[in-house]
Amino acid sequence: MVSLEHYLILSVVLFTIGVIGVLSRRNILIILMSIELMMNAVNINLIAFSSQLQDVIGQVFAVFVIVVAAAEAAVGLGIVIAMFSNKETVNVGEIDLMKW
Amino acid sequence: MLQLVIFYIFATIAVVSAILLITRRNAVHSAMFLAATLLSVAGVFLSLRAEFLAGVQVIVYVGGILVLFVFVIMLVPTDRVMFERRYNRQGRIALITAAVLVGELVYAVIQGRDAFVFPEEALEPAVEGNSQWVGTVLYQNYLLPFEIASILLLVAIIGAVVLSKKSKPGGENAVEE
Repeated sequence: MVSLEHYLILSVVLFTIGVIGVLSRRNILIILMSIELMMNAVNINLIAFSSQLQDVIGQVFAVFVIVVAAAEAAVGLGIVIAMFSNKETVNVGEIDLMKW
Repeated sequence: MLQLVIFYIFATIAVVSAILLITRRNAVHSAMFLAATLLSVAGVFLSLRAEFLAGVQVIVYVGGILVLFVFVIMLVPTDRVMFERRYNRQGRIALITAAVLVGELVYAVIQGRDAFVFPEEALEPAVEGNSQWVGTVLYQNYLLPFEIASILLLVAIIGAVVLSKKSKPGGENAVEE
């Protein structure tokens, strides 16, 4: 029998890997992929609790999380293309126009 | 027992390919490892008896978002990235943050594990069929959030089109050099 903690720990591990990816990589494409990974970790949590409680609301909210992830990916990749056509780079360190 | 073995197989594949995802130099390889992670998370969803979400995961994430990622990777020439440093200078801070985060969350899970014991008699699904159940609750109780989500998707479509449109030189959206 797989207990709930297994799923929660898996979710923690995937979320933390996503955080490390966001904080340490320089390529914006891989940063966006890490954000998708973090959203997936949240979905594991929602669905694990939903399945444990036999309450489907967790799965409904997981659908909404997937919607938000899709919207975020579309806008994020649009930003990548705009960034590349303006500055010819995918390195987030070189995007420092609003940095002081 | 079989459930546990299946869970460990999927979890191991998910974690290993997630680690490979954030360490590969080539973004295409990262996208492939993201696909492996997403598919094994779909397997975890199946083992949680969330069949609808497993299908949505495969169709939307692997079939939609990931293809979009690969498309943009192909569109943006990344040859220069292959010879640059992969990580920025805050790698140590990132690792410390991640260690604090994982310690905190694991502590919370271990401390709160007694609260995760749920009554046994609630373990029968109320409606036959997972998709039917999700659809009923989604359209009966959460119709307004559903409509708001569709507006969010519309805004995202328009935003993506506007952002990736080539700005004409001299036009009102032209970026000053």
